[in-house]
Amino acid sequence: MSAEATLDQPKRHPLSAWFLRWVCSTNHKDIGTLYLFFSLAMFLTGGVMALLIRTELFQPGMQIMQPNTYNNMITMHGLIMVFGAVMPAFVGLANWMIPIMVGAPDMAFPRLNNWSFWLLPFAFSIMLSTLFMQGGAPNFGWTFYAPLSTTYGPPSTDFFIIAVHMMGVSSIMGAVNVVATVLNMRAPGMTMMKLPIFCWAMLITAFLLIAVMPVLAGAVTMMLTDRHFGTSFFNAAGGGDPILFQHIFWFFGHPEVYIMILPAFGVISEIIPTFSRKKLFGYSCMVGATASIAILSFIVWAHHMFVSGIPLGAEIFFMYATLLIAVPTGVKVFNWITTMFRGSLSFETPMLFAIAFVILFTIGGLSGLMLAMSPVDYQYHDTYFVVGHFHYVLVPGAIFSILAGVYYWLPKWTGHMYSETLGKWHFWLSTIFINVTFFPMHFLGLAGMPRRIPDYALQFTDFNMVATVGAFGFGLSQLLFLAVIYKTIRGGVPATAQVWEGAQGLEWTLPSPTPHHTFDTPPLITD
Amino acid sequence: MNAPYYYVPRYSIWPILTATAVFLLLIGIINSIHGNIHLGTGAAFLGITLLLTVTFGWFRSVIIESHQGLYSPMTDRSFRWGMVIFIVSEVMLFATFFGALFYARVVSVPFLGGISEGYFTNLLLWPDFQPTWPLFINPDPTIFPGQQSVIGPVGIPMLNTLLLLTSAVTLTWAHWALKFNQREFVVCGLMLTIVLGLTFLGCQVYEYVLAHTHDGLTLASGIYGTTFFMLTGFHGAHVTVGTIMLICILVRILRGHFSSTNHFGFEACAWYWHFVDVVWLFLFIFVYWI
Repeated sequence: MSAEATLDQPKRHPLSAWFLRWVCSTNHKDIGTLYLFFSLAMFLTGGVMALLIRTELFQPGMQIMQPNTYNNMITMHGLIMVFGAVMPAFVGLANWMIPIMVGAPDMAFPRLNNWSFWLLPFAFSIMLSTLFMQGGAPNFGWTFYAPLSTTYGPPSTDFFIIAVHMMGVSSIMGAVNVVATVLNMRAPGMTMMKLPIFCWAMLITAFLLIAVMPVLAGAVTMMLTDRHFGTSFFNAAGGGDPILFQHIFWFFGHPEVYIMILPAFGVISEIIPTFSRKKLFGYSCMVGATASIAILSFIVWAHHMFVSGIPLGAEIFFMYATLLIAVPTGVKVFNWITTMFRGSLSFETPMLFAIAFVILFTIGGLSGLMLAMSPVDYQYHDTYFVVGHFHYVLVPGAIFSILAGVYYWLPKWTGHMYSETLGKWHFWLSTIFINVTFFPMHFLGLAGMPRRIPDYALQFTDFNMVATVGAFGFGLSQLLFLAVIYKTIRGGVPATAQVWEGAQGLEWTLPSPTPHHTFDTPPLITD
Repeated sequence: MNAPYYYVPRYSIWPILTATAVFLLLIGIINSIHGNIHLGTGAAFLGITLLLTVTFGWFRSVIIESHQGLYSPMTDRSFRWGMVIFIVSEVMLFATFFGALFYARVVSVPFLGGISEGYFTNLLLWPDFQPTWPLFINPDPTIFPGQQSVIGPVGIPMLNTLLLLTSAVTLTWAHWALKFNQREFVVCGLMLTIVLGLTFLGCQVYEYVLAHTHDGLTLASGIYGTTFFMLTGFHGAHVTVGTIMLICILVRILRGHFSSTNHFGFEACAWYWHFVDVVWLFLFIFVYWI
């Protein structure tokens, strides 16, 4: 659909029509598209940084960069992937899908929605500009522990702080929109327990965002005042404590990792039933499990701090609380498998990504259980085992679910089927290379290789070489994904309204591509 | 009224301008801190001007749409959810700073004084440190000099508590008057609330001056001054914003906006004011009193 046709005056100048449609947008589909393209750009930027890191680690000794540059790269890679790639991608999917899944004309606050998006390019311009500042970019890791980020942080840290503030405002406003839309704008007859599971996942994620993004804002504010206004939050000389930073950061940080995985659960729980041609097994259990994981996420933060010198009683409490999360997560994995059990399965690209998600995310979850046990964590802490663990839950976890979601909904968005051949190539190359990249990291960590170092002892060379080869393989296979997106937008076999044989729900009753404005009057939900 | 099912504006210039304004303001502040005074203050001034302008324009658009009858009861419910969720996020922001206060009082200061068995770091670093609260002599007084005295609950803080509690009553009075369509009482109640709010802010400023000149209490006087000024300062900033919101509501009342049944703008500001009020009670108890 051309931009002009959607606007009031068809004779508007193309440039101003473009400006009104994309910059001044109040349309959830356009804003969703903006979010997704922004996320893709950040995914590629952060990915290039990952490849630079892996190049440096290809063999022992210093290869291509200074140690401080290496620290800049790991810091920016983490921040960009978490706040720039994964979170905006889910907000983009939520923007696109929630209104058409619940039968609403748009998100609850269309202008606020646009503001949430446009804060992000500004925030990441600031974040990336720190790379060119005097003294270098932030170099303290994405966790920005005090005093590395306070006493010893480079001057660019202050720009990092305002960038985080802007992303925080963006996330909070985005979450306000999601909550108001899901709670208030469902079509008549759509009760909460008829809500598509993806909407449930986004609703619970939005509550997590509301609860913890202000905590992150508080943490960076304390950093700013400690750096420039003489406060002593994180300085023991004044009665504060650097460990306080870790408590505040991880009180945000642990719910944050669920902010990145609960929407993934939602996407996967939409895809598996479609390609199994069955209803989702245990819908209400899935909702309950998602909510339980969210609630538990608030009482487990100190498992990131087992070696920080917290009291023994606290270690035991946080260890058991963390292990408890395995129960609702186990419920989810069980339900995905039982949904597929005796289903009439077919293996299109979204389903392949979803199945890989279930298997590989479970590997990441199990290594998480190993890390959750405090006596064992004394050995694993800050080793490559941790890097392997969280990359297993984030790459074949969160990122795979986003890729699955894009393949699943791309025909609905563009009106064209993607190339199944290219999609399958993309899937198999990604899956193989992800395991080549991240599986050896577990061995490296168990053998004692610490994380966040640009150089390492000789005995770690072989596995590091393997991981680097895998990383380049994974990075290059994402070019296929770009090709798929480009080709599907440009043309292809027209998609039907239902797109997938087993697809159920309001969004599949709309024509493909969806009209620019949908459900201006609400549909009636009967079953 | 023939409101559409759910009004969706066509497009809006305000969001991108708001994002630009926030960007300029923050960039300006950080550049000022870094000593680029001309660039910094210039960008910050531009940012704050633009921010105030677009806030005015954005709310103006919303008020015009409301007067045109474009908002259905469903839109109204969205606004209510939005405001509730926003206030919850504000609660979490204050919770973070209260958390820092409790942590300092229960964990970091006692541990620095060697309260716990099995730790001896304190003996290596500052063996003479005595943990007290309020903390007058910091572990390293050469960096963080500490204050001579602190501000007790009796006096200005007690008066401030009375001021804010009274303002909650006057605001509720104004709200009920609006519900019964007695607009002169609405104006009266709102004016009283604003005056009480401004008096509160005046008292806070006076207290800050006293703290600096008389008690030697500053942001840099160690963890007591840190938590004291950050908590009361954030609260003061919220009272300032709340007062500005109430002034806007007063202007709207005087211009004949709102009806006895449809006045969510009024209610949203009232919720915000009550939230700020409740935060103050916690401040009074945990910062000034015990």
